[in-house]
Amino acid sequence: MTELTALTLAEARDGLVAGDFSARELTQSYVTAMETATELNAYIVDTPEQAFSMADAADARLKDGTAKAMTGIPLAIKDLFCTRDVHSCSASHILNGFQPQYESTVTQNLWDDGAVMLGKVNMDEFAMGSSNETSYYGPVRNPWKASGSEKELVPGGSSGGSSAAVAAEIAVAATGTDTGGSIRQPAAFTGTVGLKPTYGRCSRWGIIAFASSLDQAGPITRTVRDAAIMLESMASFDPKDTTSVDCPVPNYEAALTGDIRGLKVGIPKEYHADGVPEDIEKIWKQGIEWLKDAGAEVVDISLPHTKYALPTYYIVAPAEASSNLARYDGVKYGLRVTGESLDDMYALTRAEGFGDEVKRRILIGTYVLSAGYYDAYYLKAQKVRSLIARDFANAYEKVDVILTPTAPSAAFALGEKSSDPLEMYLNDIFTVPASLAGLPGISVPAGLSQDGLPLGLQLIGRAFDEETVLKVGGVLESAAQFSAKPAKWWGAK
Amino acid sequence: MSNYIQGATGDWEIVIGLEVHAQVISQSKLFSGAATAFGSEPNTQVSLVDSAMPGMLPVINGECVRQAVRTGLALGATINLYSVFDRKNYFYADLPQGYQISQFKHPIVGEGDVVIDLDNEQSKVVGIERIHLEQDAGKSMHDQHPTMTYVDLNRSGVALMEIVSKPDMRSAEEAGAYLRKLRTIVRYIGSCDGNMEQGSMRADVNVSVRRPGEELGTRCEIKNVNSIRFVQQSIDYEARRQVDILEDGGQIDQETRLFDANSGVTRSMRSKEEAHDYRYFPDPDLLPLQLDQAFVDAQKESLPELPDAKKARFIKDLGITAYNASVLVAEQVSAAYFEDMLADLAKRTGKAEKDVATAASNWITGELFGALNKLGQSITDSPIAAGQAAELLALQLDGTISGRIAKDVFEIMLESGKGAEEIVEEKGLKQVSDTGAIEGFIDQVMTENAAKVEEYRGGKDKLFGFFVGQVMKKTQGKANPKVVNEMLKEKLDA
Repeated sequence: MTELTALTLAEARDGLVAGDFSARELTQSYVTAMETATELNAYIVDTPEQAFSMADAADARLKDGTAKAMTGIPLAIKDLFCTRDVHSCSASHILNGFQPQYESTVTQNLWDDGAVMLGKVNMDEFAMGSSNETSYYGPVRNPWKASGSEKELVPGGSSGGSSAAVAAEIAVAATGTDTGGSIRQPAAFTGTVGLKPTYGRCSRWGIIAFASSLDQAGPITRTVRDAAIMLESMASFDPKDTTSVDCPVPNYEAALTGDIRGLKVGIPKEYHADGVPEDIEKIWKQGIEWLKDAGAEVVDISLPHTKYALPTYYIVAPAEASSNLARYDGVKYGLRVTGESLDDMYALTRAEGFGDEVKRRILIGTYVLSAGYYDAYYLKAQKVRSLIARDFANAYEKVDVILTPTAPSAAFALGEKSSDPLEMYLNDIFTVPASLAGLPGISVPAGLSQDGLPLGLQLIGRAFDEETVLKVGGVLESAAQFSAKPAKWWGAK
Repeated sequence: MSNYIQGATGDWEIVIGLEVHAQVISQSKLFSGAATAFGSEPNTQVSLVDSAMPGMLPVINGECVRQAVRTGLALGATINLYSVFDRKNYFYADLPQGYQISQFKHPIVGEGDVVIDLDNEQSKVVGIERIHLEQDAGKSMHDQHPTMTYVDLNRSGVALMEIVSKPDMRSAEEAGAYLRKLRTIVRYIGSCDGNMEQGSMRADVNVSVRRPGEELGTRCEIKNVNSIRFVQQSIDYEARRQVDILEDGGQIDQETRLFDANSGVTRSMRSKEEAHDYRYFPDPDLLPLQLDQAFVDAQKESLPELPDAKKARFIKDLGITAYNASVLVAEQVSAAYFEDMLADLAKRTGKAEKDVATAASNWITGELFGALNKLGQSITDSPIAAGQAAELLALQLDGTISGRIAKDVFEIMLESGKGAEEIVEEKGLKQVSDTGAIEGFIDQVMTENAAKVEEYRGGKDKLFGFFVGQVMKKTQGKANPKVVNEMLKEKLDA
């Protein structure tokens, strides 16, 4: 039965509908696989009992004909999605033991469509990180290793548990969230597909906030088709989230026509960044060729404010985070370290509850919002953010979609960058601009590096034009014929 | 002006600005669906949003926006079609989010003004700087446990309008008049119940002093004063304190102070150096608030007649005194009582409203308010309805009963709840205007007091009142005093 875990979401869906196997059988194979993969540290909490009861409900729906595409599909859920009565701590000690009495809109949408929850997956604490090393629950190990090396690699971040779980086939697919690249970069590091929808496409209600104006939920899957199917279930207009947008959710799978003839693909010259390995440039060129071969027209474009995107992001996101994380004060839930006074309790609780990277960003955010600095940092950053968005708007007058690398490198070793925050932040260099502009982006595995590690290409689309992003992504995927899988080094013991 | 404080070195002028926090009347909170009723058990009106659970998001309550717009319109203020909610960041145990959602740079309401009535029948305009919407915090209870503080989040997230005045007031009396007027207006339009004792209106009082005509002095802000009397006391104390410091050659430190109602003094709470850096920035969970002009126009249409307009109409159209008009419009129910009574009275007497308005307004502000005062009741629960009052006053105006008898009938009405006509009928209190009957009583009195008649006729005019009294006594007060006067005069002078 183990080969059930090798099925894509679309294949699993078709198998379930055809009655080739039941949702319970599918779930069982995943629960078994999860048990052998604990050394990846992808899951923080397994929820097999819930999984089986949800699988049984899915089987009932499959029988009575009320099944949807996601019915019976076992998923890994990033720990920052609030799931009722289940550990939802954003991988932070400060939310120690927190189990919400409510369900996030995105996960509720998935459960309404009959999906199955396998457990909560690891992530960078409060989604702050690009390597999944800032988690209170320890780092996640990338299922991939460089050829001929035993070195453990990071799965990317912050949705590192999600990407590792999908790559290691211990979940059909996973939810992720992307604030500056947290879906796309881990997807690129693990040979999976990661889709960050347009800001406002998925509800943020019930997602533990990092940076409210940037956070957006999306799927990490094995294929572009899987991402299309899963996004359709996750997306909705939600009156509980004022920033969610009331526009109909299309049938994304139907967009995967494979026909991109005449479509204009922009290649931004500013993404030829210094110090980007040759591998990355090469795969990007290859991607351009593939799209040309498929009949697309390639257009050189300029996004002149790109170089300001990273500094802008590292002002806006920490500013919002410093305020969003103020509620973790030891008063109401989670960790409390008592002290001599209220202020003492705050200081002790937050000192113990937050990790270094979270503290660093709270300090940066507090600083840039302080009286006397607000105009120079936060206000200026918001202005630059508008210019970055305008760059994209100008570009989309000439092109339909933009092709770039996803990340400036392949997966790196655990500990390799964790001591240098600035080097770590550079991981987001290609993903942050689309985040600041609120645009949809997808990372599609395009090939392997010289070391045999997956590399991803990113497509950035117009706002609410996930369909074009998915369609072109599908073409890249077909052309790349990416079929490599990580050698299964875990679970041997 | 007598408003100046006489110091040892000369006159000082007090400058006062008020920030009034008025709780918006709405079923639910500013950004959540939780209820807002006063006096509920602690922590029973708290939603996931109010308790700042992880991942919760605020959603603006349209009713609170509507109420703020109506309040702005009632104060003749500019309504800003574009406004922004900001986060005001600070830590406190009863502030679950770690920030208060407020409006900083772009408030919903801009400049307006309030006309205040002063004791000397004069009025004055106090400018409104702005009104913004914000969330209330919860309540910390320090007296429930020897070592712990309990927190009640019922109030957390309740909508407040912060109504900020310009520094236009110059005395405690003016501040009191301003607060009363503001309270009248918000009660008229139903945007706030104005109950300061329940905390639904609270004021931060900014006080500074200066030599008349000079630049503004350094101000101190007295936080969270919860009655008009305390506002006035705190101003008087604080102004005197500042004058004393300045006259001793000292300087005023800009600071936040608290008013201690028990001792009547203000005390320093925190200095400027200790002031929070609130790190205001636009709340990324909320889009800017965009109103359309049609919505604002519709709100303007729906406003009731406001106290100033009502007062002007009462004076101009009904001819009542400015004093009576002010008293009547101070509460919407009083004005409504007056208008109901007046309509009824006009119908009963067959006269135009303006011909009976003075009598009605005098009766309400005199007889009725006096009686209610004695009973410790407000006009809302007046035992005498407007129609009953009109019935009584109509009997007096058409001469059926005298003013004296009317007072007695009113007493009986208050005790028995019976109608005026019924009482007059039952007790036979109808005024006697029958000249024949009255003549008989006069003759009787003159016979019985022949000596006094002589004295009167000898020039002792003052005795006239004595004869009137005697005749009235014989008729048990029922004789029409006007008729008695005329006939007596005729007979005595004969």
